[in-house]
Amino acid sequence: MKPLVLTLRARPDQRLDLAPLVPHRLAGMAAAEIERVEVQTTRRRVLLADIFHLRMGDVAQIRIEGACDRLDRIGHEMTSGEIVAEGDIGAQAGRLMTGGSLTVHGSVGPWAGSGMKGGTIDILGDADERLGGPIAGEIAGMRGGVVRVRGSVGERVGDRMRRGTIVVEGDAGAYAGSRMIAGTLVVVGRSGPLPGYLMKRGTIVLGKKAVRLSPTFIDCGVHDLIAARLMAAFIGSYSTRAAKLLSRPLRRFAGDMAALGKGEILLRA
Amino acid sequence: MRALTVKGVRIDDTFAEAFGMRATAVIITADSPRWAHQAALTMTGFATSVIGCGCEAGIDSELTAAQTPDRRPGVRVLLFAVSTAELQKQLQARVAQCVLTSPGSACYAGLDGEERLRLGNALRYFGDGWQISKRFGGKHYWRIPVMDGEFVCEATTGLTKEAVGGGNLLIMGRTAQTTLAAAEAAAAAIAKVPNVIMPFPGGIVRSGSKVGSKYKGVPASTNHAFCPTLRGAADTALDPDAACVLEIVIDGLTSQAVAAAMGAGIAALVKLGPRRGAVRISAGNYGGKLGPHQYHLRDLTP
Repeated sequence: MKPLVLTLRARPDQRLDLAPLVPHRLAGMAAAEIERVEVQTTRRRVLLADIFHLRMGDVAQIRIEGACDRLDRIGHEMTSGEIVAEGDIGAQAGRLMTGGSLTVHGSVGPWAGSGMKGGTIDILGDADERLGGPIAGEIAGMRGGVVRVRGSVGERVGDRMRRGTIVVEGDAGAYAGSRMIAGTLVVVGRSGPLPGYLMKRGTIVLGKKAVRLSPTFIDCGVHDLIAARLMAAFIGSYSTRAAKLLSRPLRRFAGDMAALGKGEILLRA
Repeated sequence: MRALTVKGVRIDDTFAEAFGMRATAVIITADSPRWAHQAALTMTGFATSVIGCGCEAGIDSELTAAQTPDRRPGVRVLLFAVSTAELQKQLQARVAQCVLTSPGSACYAGLDGEERLRLGNALRYFGDGWQISKRFGGKHYWRIPVMDGEFVCEATTGLTKEAVGGGNLLIMGRTAQTTLAAAEAAAAAIAKVPNVIMPFPGGIVRSGSKVGSKYKGVPASTNHAFCPTLRGAADTALDPDAACVLEIVIDGLTSQAVAAAMGAGIAALVKLGPRRGAVRISAGNYGGKLGPHQYHLRDLTP
């Protein structure tokens, strides 16, 4: 069956909340009903049809054509199905997702994958700060699922992450994996200063040796870990570069000793 | 009992009687096949019979590096017990004492299924607070720091209630040498069948037992009807040409696996023939009243 296609007419004059645009919330709706879904974030009412040209299809597969950084909350609380965005999108993409897949053929704004519990997010461009991180007032960030970023990510990727896997094939900004509670973060490229800042538990794997590491991380030596092989086998289906990195012996740093200190940074040896 | 004769080997018209059991499987890996095998062998030692050992265990198959979760050579071990609680106890004790301790080992679930037994979830406390939990791809692993690095162990493994214990073949030959050769050939053939184990030494038992004894408090005693030295002194089930009897006991994850294993054993015995191997094949049962599974030799004969 053909997917539901939404083509952007023009850049909207306000930020849009596209949270209703997920398969489980559109299920059973006719084209006319979908067109009347409200997506404004200001007092000026905006209907989906005002912004997008709609070509009806299977709501379990949604395609968004046209790039705009004002398209926020795409894939919000998504439970199943597939959403493909053909260009750049805005903030909080795939936030609180529990299943299904979100693919972005462009870049995403801040808080992509924030608090997600399951499913996969694939970002072919870059991601802004706090990928997978909690929004203000939340205790934990990402809790499951997999996020892959082909490009680079901003500061604090995986902030307060609790479970799940983030793979960044490009570079990461400062404080990658800050305050991590647990989970796995792989940065194949260069990492900004102080990765793992105040992390409690969890694993951060870094592909480049030249890293400004906090002195509160303790060098535990070079190891060929079985756990890294298991991670490589799992990550291989998402990123061959990350899998290759994990297949080599890695230098283990335990930390952050300024916090609980049960986390680890694995550096290319 | 009218015997069927295939290529000179007499096959009794009888059946093996077997019981339902609880079973689980684990995959043990190590840096080399030798050390994976060593850990498995140690774990399945003293696991010949549920009566005296708490469980019956054995090696199901050797796995190549491509077949294991961590891409190292491995071995699949099956464990059988009479209750879930006993199976859990035996699994935990054996993995903790024999696999955790073995150099370079790792231990993974060897069976899928809704119902689970605790594996790493029970052993993680050995880490004394330094154990690390890792979840990915729907799997949950524990990393326990040990003196040669880390012991990686999957959190749980599957449990099956469909398992069958007590499939068997009684192999009778003219001499001890030919009977042992026959039993070895049958055991080698059965070892190739997936999802079954032969818990006794090398897969072979020489002291088959019957239920009960003349002595109070002894639950099982020698199967005197099959003891060649008692022929004539007691009621015997042996023909004049049998001087030695060996038994193969088979436990399987499914009833079909046990039937396949017995069939493979009979085929190997028939192939070897009466001159170099067995003159007669029979099976042990309790008159069909105790066990829910019956494997009739004539149905399994090639």
